[in-house]
Amino acid sequence: MKRREVLTALGAAPASLWLGGCASAPAAPPAIATGTGDLGVVIERARGTLAVVNTSTRTLLGEIDGLGDLSHASVVFARDGATAYVFGRDGALSQVNLLTRRIDRRVQQAGNSIGGAISQDGTLVAAQNYTPGGIKVFDARTLALVADIPAEYAPGKLSRVVGLADLPGQRFVFSLFDAGAIWIADLSDPSNRAQPKLTKLAGIGKQPYDALVTPDGRHYIAGLFGEDGLALVDLWDDAPQARRILAGYGRGEQPLPVYKMPHLRGWAVAGRHAYLPAIGRHEVLVVDTATWQEVGRIPVAGQPVFVIARPDGRQVWVNFAVPDYDRVQVIDTVTQRIVRTLEPGKAVLHMEFTPRGEAVWISSRDANRVSVIDTQRFDTLATLTVDSPSGVFFTSRATRIGF
Amino acid sequence: MQAALLIALLAAPAAEAQAIAPVRQAELVRMVRQDCGSCHGMRLTGGLGPALTREALADKLVPAMAATIIHGRPGTPMPGWRAMLSEPEAQWIAEQLAAGFPEERRGAR
Repeated sequence: MKRREVLTALGAAPASLWLGGCASAPAAPPAIATGTGDLGVVIERARGTLAVVNTSTRTLLGEIDGLGDLSHASVVFARDGATAYVFGRDGALSQVNLLTRRIDRRVQQAGNSIGGAISQDGTLVAAQNYTPGGIKVFDARTLALVADIPAEYAPGKLSRVVGLADLPGQRFVFSLFDAGAIWIADLSDPSNRAQPKLTKLAGIGKQPYDALVTPDGRHYIAGLFGEDGLALVDLWDDAPQARRILAGYGRGEQPLPVYKMPHLRGWAVAGRHAYLPAIGRHEVLVVDTATWQEVGRIPVAGQPVFVIARPDGRQVWVNFAVPDYDRVQVIDTVTQRIVRTLEPGKAVLHMEFTPRGEAVWISSRDANRVSVIDTQRFDTLATLTVDSPSGVFFTSRATRIGF
Repeated sequence: MQAALLIALLAAPAAEAQAIAPVRQAELVRMVRQDCGSCHGMRLTGGLGPALTREALADKLVPAMAATIIHGRPGTPMPGWRAMLSEPEAQWIAEQLAAGFPEERRGAR
């Protein structure tokens, strides 16, 4: 309760300063006069709340609550950097405003949801769902349903959907966990958006668990849980096909238990290499994005969950599944060695770099803490008290393909 | 007083549970909600893993559930948790799931 009062006071500060500087205060002060380039949100998973943060002042600005079940929640941003879309586990899609810190619209769109994406031009928002399995596409402004795309891979059988990402040309690509398939939905024809053109790639490999689009929008890579290897699609091909890469990376060895699924996103690419979590191995796999051949493996402290390149690609930061999730390791991409092991707090769930990467924000769920760490010197610049923090999302994602 | 409340909350549906210390019970509740929750949902309503609500598990037997927790389910993403849980602990968790899993006690902060 006390904390909330402090947050409210912090959030109100700019407005009251503005008023204080005025000889005659207008009846209704304008909305908070600030840009949005240094804003972000931290998910407080247990309370169904977003903490709104500023990455320049490294402070909490306020909260947006009433967002439902935010376990495994994720967020995408509109280009204005103020409008965010929150995908809750309970199937709710909420449109919130970071400046007014209010929920503007909210739809209950599925029974069980796992995330979403926003189209290239920002007019469409898509949710990926486990129940009922499929994706739903909404008008980003009104949240009116535009297209319902059940992932029906056999008569009456819907697959859980993972790895949804936006593609150039008003398209979305996603993977079907239960079907071993990758589908591409093309919504570029405004006269036929309710029935988008679907391209279906079957037999891509067993149990895709998540996927990524490379920062140029060209390649889609789905990680496979059910077998050693990943599926790669060259989306610039006229007739895209999936092919296997890194096949058999763990062959001949007993896989270690995977207590949490890794997450893939375009942040895996650093320079010409992609850094990918191995499944069932305490390793990061390094693959050359020109040849798609494995060029190295880096032993790490546990089952990698997030493997994220600093925006300049010089470092790759890795966090881990339980029970190794109190640690974070930093790979130097020039030497391909671990240069640092940090322990920012119990149960590290997520990491997010500031737009140009001078700092990284790390959420430690059980420490109720978000640590802001200097990526050059590795010292802690600030710590913020946040209740069971999970995902950290900055508005700079708005300008990136695949985020 | 908080400890007493915690024991009362946790012990109520678990009269048959083997002796798991209250502190450990609280850890197990948190582990299930938070770590198992990454696949099964913090509210255990399912995700990549199936729902673990009392209703969803109505036709499951406690020993079978305990075995799944310890050994995992080959061919699915469910791992065996024996490196982190003893068999009595898995049994206790299975009993709690069958009875409707306890809420995590939220610390007063």
